Amino acid sequence: MTTSPAIANPRDTYKRQKSTRSNFELYGWVFMRASGVILLVLIFGHLFVNLMVGEGVNAIDFAFVGGKWTSPFWQTWDLVMLWLAMIHGTNGVRTIINDYAERDLTRLWLKIALYTAFVVVTVLGTLVIFTFSPCPVDAPAELLPSVCTA
Amino acid sequence: MPSAPAGTLYRGREGMWSWVAHRVTGVLIFFFLLVHVLDTALVRVSPEAYNAVIATYQTPVMGLGEAGLVAAIVFHAFNGIRIILVDFWAKGPRYQRVMLWVVLGLFVVTMAGFLPRHLMHVFGGN
Repeated sequence: MTTSPAIANPRDTYKRQKSTRSNFELYGWVFMRASGVILLVLIFGHLFVNLMVGEGVNAIDFAFVGGKWTSPFWQTWDLVMLWLAMIHGTNGVRTIINDYAERDLTRLWLKIALYTAFVVVTVLGTLVIFTFSPCPVDAPAELLPSVCTA
Repeated sequence: MPSAPAGTLYRGREGMWSWVAHRVTGVLIFFFLLVHVLDTALVRVSPEAYNAVIATYQTPVMGLGEAGLVAAIVFHAFNGIRIILVDFWAKGPRYQRVMLWVVLGLFVVTMAGFLPRHLMHVFGGN
């Protein structure tokens, strides 16, 4: 008696090959476009308020930043802008590393540097927004925003 | 991956150069972003430390740098919208070349609104 070879079930859905990969790159691609649109609004607003209104760049000092961050509106604006811009930018540079760094070890080290920078800068920026005090007790009053004396 | 491909997909013109410009401006903006978060973090050190560093942003050389940074951001933003339209709009690929000229037109209009005012702040002292 001979054993017949196994024949695939003809009703099975056809698969070109077993997929061993996740949809990470797809989600990354979608994220770049979605975050890009939001970042356009957030960054154009940021540039308009900080560089166009009033005395522009000359008006920026501790009192200016302190005045903005006493408002939850600007805290939220800057927090969302920080996170979206850092993820958008890190993913963009990751793509560029993948394109141009051909040796495995070069890619590895460049990405370690990139992800380290991402974590340090994003955590630091987040902490600054959440732990910021507009009226530090030992600072000269003329350097502080007007809310401190009111 | 061959380091010297026999034939390349990209053959110059608007499509390739806008892609190159998008990468270059993107990297520039990213490195500025890293520095910008660090300089802003000085508000957590002391008002004096923050004011001392931000004063360097108000010098003429840095003022020109800010103009270049804003130019990079404006191009990257408008060309990003063009990329989204190429990807999601059925007629996007057909009009990608026209859309680049629209991007450059919007870039000129936006910079015409921004540059005089910013340069006045930097060089005019007010």
